[in-house]
Order: sequence, then C-alpha cells, then structure tokens
Amino acid sequence: MNIVVCVKHVPDAQSERTFQESDNTVDREAVDGLLSELDEYAVEEALKIVEAQGEGEVTVVTVGPAAAADAIKKALQMGADKGVHVQDDAIAGSDAAATSLVLAEAVKKASDGSPELVLTGMSSTDGVMGVVPAMMAERLGLPQVTYASELTLADGGVTIRRDGDTASETIEASLPALVSVTDQINEPRYPSFKGIMAAKKKPVETWSLEDLGVDASQVGLDAAWTKVVSFAKRPPREQGEIVTDEGDGGARLAEFLSAQKFL
Amino acid sequence: MAEVLVLTDHAGGRLRKATAELLTLARRLGEPSAVHIGPGADTAQKTLAKYGAHKVYSVDAEDAASFLVAPQAEILAQLVEKVSPAAVLVPSNASGKEIAARLAVKTGSGMITDAVDVRAGDDGVETTQSVFAGSYTVTATVTTGTPIICVKPNSAAIEAAPEAGAVEAFDATVSDDAKAAKVTDSQPKKATGRPELTEAAIVVSGGRGTGGDFSPVEEFADSLGAAVGASRAAVDAGWYPHSNQVGQTGKQVSPQLYVAAGISGAIQHRAGMQTSKTIVAVNKDEEAPIFELVDFGVVGDLFSVLPQATGEVKKRKG
Ligand SMILES: Cc1cc2nc3c(=O)[nH]c(=O)nc-3n(C[C@H](O)[C@H](O)[C@H](O)COP(=O)(O)OP(=O)(O)OC[C@H]3O[C@@H](n4cnc5c(N)ncnc54)[C@H](O)[C@@H]3O)c2cc1C
Repeated sequence: MNIVVCVKHVPDAQSERTFQESDNTVDREAVDGLLSELDEYAVEEALKIVEAQGEGEVTVVTVGPAAAADAIKKALQMGADKGVHVQDDAIAGSDAAATSLVLAEAVKKASDGSPELVLTGMSSTDGVMGVVPAMMAERLGLPQVTYASELTLADGGVTIRRDGDTASETIEASLPALVSVTDQINEPRYPSFKGIMAAKKKPVETWSLEDLGVDASQVGLDAAWTKVVSFAKRPPREQGEIVTDEGDGGARLAEFLSAQKFL
Repeated sequence: MAEVLVLTDHAGGRLRKATAELLTLARRLGEPSAVHIGPGADTAQKTLAKYGAHKVYSVDAEDAASFLVAPQAEILAQLVEKVSPAAVLVPSNASGKEIAARLAVKTGSGMITDAVDVRAGDDGVETTQSVFAGSYTVTATVTTGTPIICVKPNSAAIEAAPEAGAVEAFDATVSDDAKAAKVTDSQPKKATGRPELTEAAIVVSGGRGTGGDFSPVEEFADSLGAAVGASRAAVDAGWYPHSNQVGQTGKQVSPQLYVAAGISGAIQHRAGMQTSKTIVAVNKDEEAPIFELVDFGVVGDLFSVLPQATGEVKKRKG
C-alpha cells in the first residue's frame, strides 16, 4: 500500500527543550531534524504497515520554509521512501484552513490524485489546534478516523481503536481514509546509521503553489479567515507560598484550601 | 435578533455541563438555538430551555448514535444554510473541534478553537483564548463567513434564563460518504463516581512520584469531590488510564483548583493545566519546576502529606 504521511517542522526554539535535563524519558540525542515529535508516530506507523505488507511506499509531505527540509530528512532517515516539500513565500502566515488546502493538494499530487491512506500526527507540538487533519479530510472528501491508538487494515478498510472519555471505541472506515495517530500507538524508531546514509540518496521534490495549482491569493496572512486583534503575554504567576513538610504539611495544605474556600 | 446555533454536548442524550455554558455565552451574541444530534432531544429540552434555548433543532436519524464528525458537520452546514446564524458554538473537545473544522471548510468560514470567552465586539464576534501553553492571551475575530467558535469547558459560569426551547425536528440529509467512518463498538469505561476530568471544578493529579500507588491521590480527590488526573509518565507506566492524562497529548483542564502530586511540571504537562485558577503541588524535590506555577506548595513526601491533608479536609467538612 502507498501511504502519504503529512509532517510538520517545528521551530528549534521549542520551549519544551528547556526541561530536557529534568526529563530522562525522552532521548533527544538521535534528534537530527526537527520533525514534530507527534508526527514521528505517524511515520513509524506507515513504515510498520509497509513492512508488514512487504510492498508499497511511504511518501512524506511537508509544507513550510526552507528549514522544513529537516523534517523530511528525519522521516527519510527513519525509513520513508521519498519526500515532498511544498515551499512558497506566499504561504507564510497561513491559517489552518489555508494550510489544509495546500496539504490536500500536495497529497493529491503526491499520490496521482488518489491516496490509499493518509496518516498524520494528532496535532503539532507548537500549534496544537488539532484541526488540520479534519480540514484535509473534508477537502479530500475522505473519511477521517482520528486519535488512533491502534490501527489495523483488512478487507479494504481500516479499523482503529480510540480511547475516548467515557468509552473505548472501535471505529471502522472504508479506504481511502485519513487517520491521525496518538503517541500511544507505537514507539518511533531512531534512525540507524544505515538509514541515515540511505536517506541521502532518497528523492525529495520541492513544489511551489503553482505546481499545485493553488492561487497565491488563497493562502498567507491576508487570506486568513480569522484575525488576531491583540495579544498579551500572561503575567507570570506570582510565586505562591511554599512550605516544607515538617510533619504538618498536609494540615497546612488543608488550611490553605480552607482559606481559599475550597472546602 | 439572529439565531446562534449551539451544538449540544451529550452522551446518549445525557447532556454535559458544557452545553449550559455554551448557551449562557451564546445569549451575548443573539438568540440561542440548540442543535441536538442523536437521541434524547425531548429529555434534554428542559435543560436547554432553562439555559436560554429559544429553539431546539432535533436531528434523530436512525443511525445517529454511530455517527462521527462528518455527518454532524453536514447537518450543521445545512442548518447554517437555512437560518444564517450570527455564530455557531461547539464544545472545544476533540470531536467538537473536528466538526467545526469540517464545517469551516464547507461553509468557507473562519473558526477559532479553545476560546475561553466569547462576546459581541465592534467587528462582530470576538473571542479570547490562551495560546503557547497558556503563556499568551489572544483576542481574535472571525473575518470570513459565519464565526465558528469552539469554547473550552469551564469558561463561563452557567446562568439560567428560561426560554421556550420549542423542539423542532430538522430533516437533515446525510450523504453516504459522510457515513464512511462509523463507531462499530463502544466499551464504556468503568464508572468511577468521580466528575469528568475536563468538567471538574477540582482536579487532583498524580505522577511518577506515586510509584504506581494512586490511592493517596484518589483518596484526597474523593475528600474534595475532585476528578483524578495523571502525568504521562504515570500513564505510560500503566498506572492510570490514558483518558486521565493531563497535558499536551492528554486533556487540557482549567479547573478552579489543580493539585499536582509527584509531578515535576514538564512543559508538556503544564500545557494541560497552566490556566487553572489555583495551583497546588506536593513534591519531594524543592527544585521541581512545578513549584514555579503554584499558589501553594508543599515540599514533602506525597505519601505522608496527602493522607494528612485528606484527614484534615474530612474533619473540616464535618
Ligand atoms: C511529544 C510529547 C508529549 C507529551 N505529552 C505529555 C502530556 O500530555 N502530559 C504529561 O504529563 N507529560 C507529557 N509528556 C512527557 C513530559 O515531558 C514528562 O516526561 C512527564 O510529564 C513527566 O511526568 P512526571 O512529572 O510524573 O514524572 P517526573 O518528571 O519523573 O517527575 C516525578 C516527580 O515526582 C517527584 N516525586 C518522586 N517521589 C515523590 C514522593 N514520594 N512524593 C512527592 N514527590 C515525589 C519527583 O521529585 C519528581 O519531581 C510529553 C512528552 C513529549 C515528548
């Protein structure tokens, strides 16, 4: 099966990196490109499917400035077969609606008009609206199954398990479909030395808006359907009272809650 | 006055609290009309009317219960076409945002997610939301189409304002394409008797510091009538269900009071709880970053601090 995975390049100045030292659960050593961590799960799942089927290709598609090539590179090092980088100055400042338009057209072109399976991460690690997959599915006319924590393919359909608020659901969709996966679905592999070397020879195409037949007036800041009127940095929370437990920590906590009228 | 469509948030007809919040906010923009997709419109009617619904559009297709987001977006698009509302409000949860996303593309409309406030501004509907893990507050307007606003739970104090809430069956057509994805099985979670995480006024969360024993966290939560949350480290270790995870890849909560026990306060965890009104932490390590956020912190072992606090809370509550 041929699978298209949509990935996002997230900026280096990720504040999440600040706490790296206090967090030994995630190994950042192997991070070469700056593929959004949540998209690694989608790349991994695509690789697993193709490996299990013994045939097919994984194409990664990204929309973004020159630096976004690093996200593709990382996916190719993990094992994806080829990359598509949509790059056009007019795209800067695009909202989710415009981004989904460009991505949808790129997915179509990358799969000769009819993708079999489109995979995405559950949301980006910087924007976190989580709406681009749904918008793309709408534009591509595909069923969408999102937040998959398990995925199986059988009989021309896809079945996923989703861990909902009140129930664990099984969801089925016919193919082609768009599936977004969570960080529960697998353990993304680290690129091997062989993978890193092989990636250098893998094809990456760069497309402009014109290549996709998208008019520049449909994207960018000016085409956005919403407008930010103002923004303000939230005042830092005032440092509260911190006490050291000397056998009375619990009582003092209850005292605080009582004074704040929580009891 | 123009109608404002409010998509009800319900499970099998039982309304969630968010619906009353959305209706309360919708009244600032026009006359709220509830849109109830699935069974139970007649039972829900009383509550919807109480919080200001002038009308209740009921869509009870036979297979509505297995519908995912695509059919709901189609139904809303048909209603938008019919009544030209001043705005559409939907709950800012995973499926609400996806319904809004599809509706936005279908109707060529701007959408806003995670709004914590909605009001009528000089240039139409204006919203407030916090972005970048709660470090910025942004005011935004929709410049194109019908404003589609996803409102976070716990954003408004609910206020009753009774209206007729007349139930009107809406005969929507749902395409076969939209039915291409459906729920084929649903295993309800074991009821805990605790409030739902995103709705709760108080959340008590445990992390790796629990070492897998959540009982002090649960007992403290129960003394306060709180929901229980967990860090990803606790979820990944299999100590608590993923649906209770708070953070970037879990739930975003904004309760009156958030208690973090044995949680270090990684940026991804903060992204899910930073906008809570009051924050309390119990952690052995005085250097833990969570203490930068707290209104009150106890440097100590959660296995002695929480049980003592639980006993004290129970005593004070009588
Ligand atoms: C893409 C991505 C998404 C993520 N999404 C999330 C998310 O949604 N939610 C989330 O929580 N994390 C998320 N994480 C993980 C996050 O980076 C941290 O690893 C995680 O939050 C750590 O959990 P913790 O605080 O429980 O564990 P730790 O960081 O190990 O902290 C445990 C704390 O417990 C304290 N402690 C130990 N014993 C005791 C005791 N007896 N009494 C009191 N205190 C004690 C320690 O001092 C320490 O501060 C994500 C990571 C990535 C890369």
